[in-house]
Amino acid sequence: MELIDKTIHELHRMLIGGEVTSVALTRAFLQRIAETDNRINAFITVCEEQALKDSEAADRLIAEGKADLLTGIPVALKDIFLTAGVRTTCASKILDTFIAPYDGTAVARLKERGAVIVGKLNMDEFAMGSSNENSAFGPVKNPWDTSTVPGGSSGGSAASVAARQAVATLGTDTGGSIRQPASHCGVVGLKPTYGRVSRYGVIAYASSLDQVGPISRDVEDCAILLQAIAGYDPADSTSVDTPVPDYRAGIKDGVKGLKIGLPKEYFIEGLDPEVKAAMEAAIETYRGLGAEFVDVSLPHTDYAVASYYLIATAEASSNLARYDGVRFGVRVDQGRGLIDMFEQTRAAGFGDEVKRRIMLGTYALSSGYYDAYYLKAQKVRTLIRQDFLEAFQAVDVLLTPVAPTPAFGLGEKVSDPLQMYLSDIFTIPVNLAGTCAMSLPCGFSSAGLPIGLQLIGKPFAEQTLLRVGYAFEQATEWHRKKADL
Amino acid sequence: MGSSKYEVVIGLEVHVQLTTQTKIFCGCSTRFGSAPNSQTCPVCLGLPGALPVLNRKVVEYAIRTGLATHCAIAPRSVFARKNYFYPDLPKGYQISQFELPICEHGHLEIETEDGGPKTIGITRIHMEEDAGKLLHGEGPEAGSSSFVDLNRACTPLLEIVSEPDMRSSDEAIAYLKKLHQIVMYLGVCDGNLEEGSFRCDANVSIRPWGQKEFGTRAELKNINSFRFIKQAIDYEVERQADILDDGGKVVQETRLFDSVTGMTRSMRGKEEAHDYRYFPDPDLVPLVVSPEWVEQVRQELPELPEAKVARFIREFGIPRYDAEVLSADRAMAEYYDATVARHGNGKLCANWVMGEVQRRLNEDGVAISDSPVTPELLAALLGRIDDNTISGKIAKTVFEEMWRSGDAPDKIIEEKGLKQVTDTGAIEQIIDEVIAANLDQVEEYRGGKDKVFGFFVGQVMKASKGKANPAAVNEMLKKKLQG
Ligand SMILES: [Zn+2]
Repeated sequence: MELIDKTIHELHRMLIGGEVTSVALTRAFLQRIAETDNRINAFITVCEEQALKDSEAADRLIAEGKADLLTGIPVALKDIFLTAGVRTTCASKILDTFIAPYDGTAVARLKERGAVIVGKLNMDEFAMGSSNENSAFGPVKNPWDTSTVPGGSSGGSAASVAARQAVATLGTDTGGSIRQPASHCGVVGLKPTYGRVSRYGVIAYASSLDQVGPISRDVEDCAILLQAIAGYDPADSTSVDTPVPDYRAGIKDGVKGLKIGLPKEYFIEGLDPEVKAAMEAAIETYRGLGAEFVDVSLPHTDYAVASYYLIATAEASSNLARYDGVRFGVRVDQGRGLIDMFEQTRAAGFGDEVKRRIMLGTYALSSGYYDAYYLKAQKVRTLIRQDFLEAFQAVDVLLTPVAPTPAFGLGEKVSDPLQMYLSDIFTIPVNLAGTCAMSLPCGFSSAGLPIGLQLIGKPFAEQTLLRVGYAFEQATEWHRKKADL
Repeated sequence: MGSSKYEVVIGLEVHVQLTTQTKIFCGCSTRFGSAPNSQTCPVCLGLPGALPVLNRKVVEYAIRTGLATHCAIAPRSVFARKNYFYPDLPKGYQISQFELPICEHGHLEIETEDGGPKTIGITRIHMEEDAGKLLHGEGPEAGSSSFVDLNRACTPLLEIVSEPDMRSSDEAIAYLKKLHQIVMYLGVCDGNLEEGSFRCDANVSIRPWGQKEFGTRAELKNINSFRFIKQAIDYEVERQADILDDGGKVVQETRLFDSVTGMTRSMRGKEEAHDYRYFPDPDLVPLVVSPEWVEQVRQELPELPEAKVARFIREFGIPRYDAEVLSADRAMAEYYDATVARHGNGKLCANWVMGEVQRRLNEDGVAISDSPVTPELLAALLGRIDDNTISGKIAKTVFEEMWRSGDAPDKIIEEKGLKQVTDTGAIEQIIDEVIAANLDQVEEYRGGKDKVFGFFVGQVMKASKGKANPAAVNEMLKKKLQG
């Protein structure tokens, strides 16, 4: 097995054992990026010089015996995270020239632990999309089949892990944006409970839904990364001040006697038969491990996508108002006055999907429509959350597919936004409920594309998710498969 | 004058800039007058990824103001985004409160022109952030360029919205002055109208007497002195009356007051009114204010003007007029209180504080808190009048010297030899000399011209360099002149 195929916990042992240096490791990944990224397009910015400098510093820490689990490990970040002194674009033309003046909290926490940031990853512009085709820097390709999409919006974050361009990455998940690409790329992705990880220094799409989370090769790496970034942050008023447990403690405790719920609304007609078969196989695996299955219902599931597209776009229409060409980023000024400058800057700077969502959201908040759209969507959101809390009275976790189909072809759904929106039908309710969920590889389609399994946990029960995911991973080989590039 | 046919209806929206050390959603300083953009950070610059964190001091100030204006303090209030584009508004929205403000249902009592009290309702008080400032035609590329200074962005404001309860510009001014006095007393605002620390928008409408429904209102903006507010309202009332008299209709609009012409002019009509698309700010959790917190702020409230006036009348026996003058300003009232506490004679202290002290403060442009004559020193000086060491007149001389040097009165009296002459022998000698030198006037007095007595007192005091005890002089002079 090559260096680049290894996990954080494996590489950590090699680093402190002196079998490899962080510099060598970082070089290996930088070389892999250079060799493969013309086919994948996962990176917007590669931080070669800084990464090598940081890896030298990491090697010194390791030599001094001060290594953390992440010290010297090459990671990469979705280009939505502000990174001091490094271009941060959110895959938008409007931020093409924006050099972040400060580090976001999650980034600072990774740096404190000595992680080596090798670059900034491609994504759907402002995290709006499910296929990574809405990027000003071109689409990301799925490493398993470069004619298919990697999913979105954290497409670069998932594809780069699958393509062995980074050991692990950070993404954000507003409506499935970590889990769906992780599923399509055959890697592990976790969306923590809202408030578990600080949003400070993360470019906002929909503030009440956005959540930072890890994408990695396996469940244990996911736990390590979450450990590093989770926890209260006084700079984010919505981060929650509850203790962060040791996420690796008890991870191997198994699922004997665990109650797993199967929400009937998630196993519908029209679910891709191969996805369905993979779910059934996964259920059998868990049964074999001693888990019990319970049928549950989440009755308001049908309204989730519509509610999501009202709430998320409403918040986005306001969050994206600051991109006006006045203080940073791109400005288009034809000398025809202020309003013209605002309009031309935004017209030139934003892509089609971003404009579509700004318009949708502006409409939903407009006087006379607010009650019918935004307010009603918020009420539905409360009902959806209650659905989950009620289901969790009877079960420990829920098991569902991540997406109705494996990765679809590039360009296949671009002209049909509604079809595109439906690819997040199983992930969006979790964001509305504000709870946590994880995507795990659980099989392949006949076309050789990965299929993902979603585990949904109670609020702040990430530890349970990790344990349940780990048990599955130990019993299966799916996470060891490698895309042939 | 067409306006007498109509009843005037006025509601006021006052923006009070709070005197907290730091801004409402970040740790930047709120100091006025620093170099442009020197007091900014990612939060108040509205940089991507930056998030607001509420300054608890602002909440405390809002509760203080709410309690002082008899508002109910909401146990749960919500910050909302007010969306609009302008270059001085970095995020493209202002964080304010909309549906659930922190204070509601308050009132203030004012005195009307006829002297009667009147209650003006306060609809709500909410917290919000200020915008930055645009600088036009300044700096290196002056001319066609504008510049943005975001030092003021994110500084804390309270918006205090009244009910449409005022019926004249005088009532509006009385309400504003009362509110101004209260926020100054509370220490939540520096009260500076010209620097924009206390800003007022007025909603003005008129209706025929007896009509129940309100007329169409105009919102007057940009008024930065009490005088201009009165001027703007009066102008607006006449303008609307002229329109109605001519059979026209007042249109709902926002009008700007021009202090040069004294007129208001249309800024934007109802059709151009912004749809601010308010919605709860998802970056800030709902604000929960516990009853304990409210109680604590209530306990710490200073004594307010109305209570002070009542106490001054009750405890110090001074007239209402004096009590109101002395309570107009919190520092003045505290100065007076401290002086009476040491001296005891409320009326004498009131006369001195309102007289000599106020006069010298005005002359030197000094704040009463910086007065070189402290309440302790003033009380000591007044004590020397009481014990006949000096006369009231000499006391004024001593006060001048105290003001100049900051010295204690006893030191000055001693050094300058200003101690009053009460020795009857010495006074008698002076009186004899004065009588001998003015025999003509003695004749006049004895002939019944009483007024001449004052002349003799003056002469004697002058000869004693003011040190003779005036009571003793009066008594002895009377005897001697009567022969
Ligand atoms: Zn600031």
